[in-house]
Amino acid sequence: MTAKRNKRSGGLTVAATVILGLLTVITLFPVLLLIAGSFTKESALITYGYTPIPKEFSLDAYRYLAQKFSSVGRAYLVTIGTTVAGTLLSLLLTCSIAYPMARSTFKYRNAMAFFVYFTMLFNGGIVPAYIMWTKIFHIQNTYAALIVPNLLMSAFNVLLIRNYYRNSIPPALYESAMLDGASEFKIFVKIACPLAVPVISTVALFTALAYWNSWTNAMYYVTDPEYFGIQNYLMRIMKNIEFLRSNTEAVDETVITLPGQSIRMAIALIGILPVMVVYPLVQKYFIKGIVIGAVKE
Amino acid sequence: MKKNKLQRARPRVNTFEMLLIALPGILYLLINNYVPMAGLFIAFKDYKYNRGIFGSDWCGLKNFRFLFVSDDAWIITRNTLLYNAAFIIIGTIAALAVAILLYELVETVRVKFFQSALLFPHLISWIIAAYLFYALLNSSNGFINKSIMPLIGAETFDWYAEKKYWPLILLVTYLWKHTGYTAIVYLAGISGINKEFYEAAELDGASRLKQIFTITLPLLKPTIITMVLMAVGRIFYSDFGLFYQIPMSAGPLMSVTQTIDTYVYRALMTNGNFALSSAAGFFQSICGFLLISLVNWIVRKADPDNALF
Repeated sequence: MTAKRNKRSGGLTVAATVILGLLTVITLFPVLLLIAGSFTKESALITYGYTPIPKEFSLDAYRYLAQKFSSVGRAYLVTIGTTVAGTLLSLLLTCSIAYPMARSTFKYRNAMAFFVYFTMLFNGGIVPAYIMWTKIFHIQNTYAALIVPNLLMSAFNVLLIRNYYRNSIPPALYESAMLDGASEFKIFVKIACPLAVPVISTVALFTALAYWNSWTNAMYYVTDPEYFGIQNYLMRIMKNIEFLRSNTEAVDETVITLPGQSIRMAIALIGILPVMVVYPLVQKYFIKGIVIGAVKE
Repeated sequence: MKKNKLQRARPRVNTFEMLLIALPGILYLLINNYVPMAGLFIAFKDYKYNRGIFGSDWCGLKNFRFLFVSDDAWIITRNTLLYNAAFIIIGTIAALAVAILLYELVETVRVKFFQSALLFPHLISWIIAAYLFYALLNSSNGFINKSIMPLIGAETFDWYAEKKYWPLILLVTYLWKHTGYTAIVYLAGISGINKEFYEAAELDGASRLKQIFTITLPLLKPTIITMVLMAVGRIFYSDFGLFYQIPMSAGPLMSVTQTIDTYVYRALMTNGNFALSSAAGFFQSICGFLLISLVNWIVRKADPDNALF
């Protein structure tokens, strides 16, 4: 089949390669500017602007960050911690609510499925949620604020895993375990979850990415920079430097020698570095995940 | 006898145990999703933070009058709907074009490479995306003002102060971030088309360009329609990160970058105005719900497999 399509590869294949090649360059160009910017001397960055290749190579930004490591490092640890804890907790909740919905002999499976679906159709919006989390749960300035609101469970992931439990694992497996006297809890832990590892790991990948890139919860519920992850740290640094720059009266030596822009780019690069490193290894799972997700979209 | 057999084949599960397994998830959805739904009524209250939801007085439609007498309601609704409409139309065309080009590459190594490269922006947070676009657009030393504008002999200006370019900038940003993702969905659809159609067309002497319009697109139509309808269902919801981070809250751009979501956020967190924020949020929730239900009803009529429920 591929041989047949190969045979007719001609003008259109060449054109497709060229166009997609150009699109790829355009798509990745801003990332290149960011990388180059972080390795450029601040003065060169001011004079020549951002360039894809550093005009004057310098490690000043990284040296500055090494000095300030305690604060960047802390933000980094917060992000790593919330990503790990959030992903594990999220998988636990998602897998366990999906399992009963997948069992055809469970009385309330449809009621539960609707209970989950409905959250995709309707939501109360941020104002009631904000009041609830702050007035009832007093979640402000806690690590829970970074993990719990919104991110823990997505109805979409529940459905994905439910479908796998239901369609890709033969019901006979569940039933024979029941006849052997296994409890539901045991079947869930020993049969359903191990067999659903392919889909669970895909969901884990997307959940981890969502936690790594999340910043809105901290915008609503965190004012203390102690609890900022790398994303919110980046947001704050941008605002601080901008503030110093825009208040001309406040300009003194410290502001002028501050390698502002290259530092920002260096921190931003550190912020996406793990994604860039892990991505080539897991990209096929990402693409598979998008495709299985699309089947039920 | 027959009934007995069936019973043996399908032992009933223990309902209590099942509910226990699902309990943590149910509780989470109740708190995170259902309580705020019930809390929507605060849009009809004169909410005072220290008096709480139940302590605050009812105020009828005052919050909505407040919202709708200003231009804000019109501007944010217009922006949300128009941007989303542009994203749906142009985004779909772009994603289809990329998917078709990917398919025409034939060779899998190349397909994988381009697919992964184009998907990459999807994995970047909006905050870092804002840094990337700042490197391109910033007025004093951004790449466009320093390198592109002198090259084409155009005058440089402050991009973060000129609102007329922002609809285009936001569209390009959206395409940059999401085209790779949507193209992968469409590519999966194209790959599912029976190869014999193409072989038969080949024998009939149809060019590959012609095959795109006579085979690929017609057979992909159900997928396209479903994807578009689902996006239409969410047309009252804007991508908060795109509209909040990329324009960097620049004041001069507000009238073309403010959407319902950024408005609700700013009214609540920047101005502490619960009245406007809750009224706009209520408006969004209800319109969004009606539209999603309508769209889902249409999808269910046309293609039950793809309906949400």
